[in-house]
Amino acid sequence: MTDLLYSEEEEALRAAVRDLLTDHCDAASVIARTESDAPHDLSLWKSLADGMGLAGLLVPEAQGGQGATHREVAVVLEELGRAVAPVPYLTSAVVATEALLACDAGDLLAELASGRKIGVLAVSLSVAPGGAYKAVRQENGTLHGELTGIADAAAADVLLVPGEDGGLYAVDAGAVTVVPQVSLDLTRPLARVVFDGAAGRRIGDAEPAVRRALRAGSGLLASEQLGVADWTLTETVRYLKERKQFNRPVGGFQALKHRLAQLWLEVVSLRAAARNAADALTTGDDTDVAVAVAQAYAASVAVHAAEEAVQLHGGIGMTWEHPAHLYLKRAKADSIAYGTAGAHREALAELVDLRAP
Amino acid sequence: MSEETTGAASAAAELRRRTQELLAAHPPLETGRLDFLKARFDAGLAWVHYPEGLGGLGAPRALQVVVDAELEAAGAPDNDPRRIGIGLGMAAPTVLRFGTEEQKQRFLRPLWVGEEVWCQLFSEPGAGSDLAALGTRAVREGDDWIVNGQKVWTSSAHLARWAILIARTDPDVPKHAGITYFICDMTDPGVEVRPLRQITGEAEFNEVFLTDVRIPDAHRLGETGDGWRVAQTTLMNERVSIGGMRIPREGGMIGPVSRTWRERPELRTHDLHQRLLKLWVEAEVARLSGERLRQQLVAGQPGHEGSGMKLAFARLNQEISGLEVELRGEEGLLYDDWTMRRPELVDFTGRDAGYRYLRSKGNSIEGGTSEVLLNIVAERVLGLPAEPRTDKDVAWKDLAR
Repeated sequence: MTDLLYSEEEEALRAAVRDLLTDHCDAASVIARTESDAPHDLSLWKSLADGMGLAGLLVPEAQGGQGATHREVAVVLEELGRAVAPVPYLTSAVVATEALLACDAGDLLAELASGRKIGVLAVSLSVAPGGAYKAVRQENGTLHGELTGIADAAAADVLLVPGEDGGLYAVDAGAVTVVPQVSLDLTRPLARVVFDGAAGRRIGDAEPAVRRALRAGSGLLASEQLGVADWTLTETVRYLKERKQFNRPVGGFQALKHRLAQLWLEVVSLRAAARNAADALTTGDDTDVAVAVAQAYAASVAVHAAEEAVQLHGGIGMTWEHPAHLYLKRAKADSIAYGTAGAHREALAELVDLRAP
Repeated sequence: MSEETTGAASAAAELRRRTQELLAAHPPLETGRLDFLKARFDAGLAWVHYPEGLGGLGAPRALQVVVDAELEAAGAPDNDPRRIGIGLGMAAPTVLRFGTEEQKQRFLRPLWVGEEVWCQLFSEPGAGSDLAALGTRAVREGDDWIVNGQKVWTSSAHLARWAILIARTDPDVPKHAGITYFICDMTDPGVEVRPLRQITGEAEFNEVFLTDVRIPDAHRLGETGDGWRVAQTTLMNERVSIGGMRIPREGGMIGPVSRTWRERPELRTHDLHQRLLKLWVEAEVARLSGERLRQQLVAGQPGHEGSGMKLAFARLNQEISGLEVELRGEEGLLYDDWTMRRPELVDFTGRDAGYRYLRSKGNSIEGGTSEVLLNIVAERVLGLPAEPRTDKDVAWKDLAR
């Protein structure tokens, strides 16, 4: 039976990650970084990947990783979501790593697992696990064309690129032009990647690698969304106990209490769905349904929680200075990432035999 | 194995041994149903977490499943728990916690074997969400109390031998302080039970009129004036029993509509498809949340999620059954039967879509309205301040009504 709880080890991991983020990822510096030349916090990434060994959780020890499971990765993502941390963890340590696990690229896998290199799958962030993705043209053994919506490409050392021959190619970031796109979510920026005769090394077939990578990415994204929702709810409740109007704490008004209680119910429900997806990715049991259910549910909760945070903070929630907007932007971007809730419901229609007219 | 698991394993083995002993001494196929249940009670295997001599062995509650599994495998009869749910879930824990030795000996055995059905006389026409405002009066007369008033929403009142009753014994103190908890004899000539017909056409519930009902002081549970605290035990146990269920996928209200969708392709539209999928996901997530809560309870780390589960299921039951009526199109314009009946058991997923739609309207009212549950979550889970109150320090007799 699915284990929906957190083990003691998982709670210890959570505490360690949270401590690190409390010390090195405060809201003010995340906001300041968004408009700098370095939107990714590579020193924080080094602490997570190198210092704590978290980049290699999904990689077996024999291949240079930690040999942990999706359950631990989900806990890390909850914490990164709570801090809207601008690090390429989901893209490199989950999605690119899963793609490599489906290929034959042991050296590259070990480099990603150790955190020495950041890898990114060159598929638009909006593509669902079963959705169509773009491949690049091949001429005279080199890659040509342009891909857009590639999350964290600006931080990548290596891109995993689907070629039109059905292969997946490892391409050095130095061999392509990465043009940042102005992104809704400033903490997970997208980029346009231009291939103008770039050399690539074929490491395997694109189709199984991309499918596996996007399924894991979307299933574990639910845990990041849980973190976003959990932080916004907690912070909004804290603020409403403190904020006084009409000679009372605002949080004592029933109209607001009911909204927050509803939101709490959504967040505990998302926790169950996200744990179920992480456990199913670990065991391989009923995985497609568990991932689709989590993704069909998570987006609305994270977006609702972030929207309530902005509204219930009143004027302060509308300012650039307050971090609520970072969570709103992340939640809204996450609602498109790896397929919308609608795309996942469509997948479920087939999986559980509730077919369209 | 840790010491703890070794202990649990040997306790389970001991329970299995005792269960086999019971089965050997009273073979279910050759023993009358009631005789078997009485023997099971006397062997301490009725509810193993109860004390010895009262149907239990003082064992961990979690080990009840061990006994139940052995008995089920042997084809032994059960005590039909759904028929006596109020007795088992609400009256018994309260009698156990607050009853005198005589009360426990008198009431628990016939309650558990099902010889005596119990009902609950709490809600009144003027005291629903604000239960503590209740106005049914109990006045002391010698060794007895004389009770007058009206109770409502009483299921099983027409079948019940006993009732748990809360009544006002002191109108001159604030409302929570002047209540006393009693065990009421439903065969008293002053008790009149009238069916209360509801929007489904049937009468699951009753109104109960109490006119000069005589209750001996020996049937008081807890101290005079302490009835509100005693009632909290009753109501808390109601919530615990809601949290323990394990439901398979499509096990609830989503099951019938999903089957209809699969079997009747001619009813499908794109709009209904989108709404059905959305509700299917929400029902599955609610099921997982319930399962997570169950795992927390088993692991001995009860969370607050229980308060939320009822909210979720009430809304989902209503939305899903509403969708199903719409899905059925012209058939949705019909209803199976409006005949006034008094069902002994209520099956929320029974009968047709129209019945389910109407019955589920009660889910957000019975056992605490959704609005009150949201207050409870906001205050006890999130720690938000209570609304300012004007009713706590005023004598009951001076309250607005």
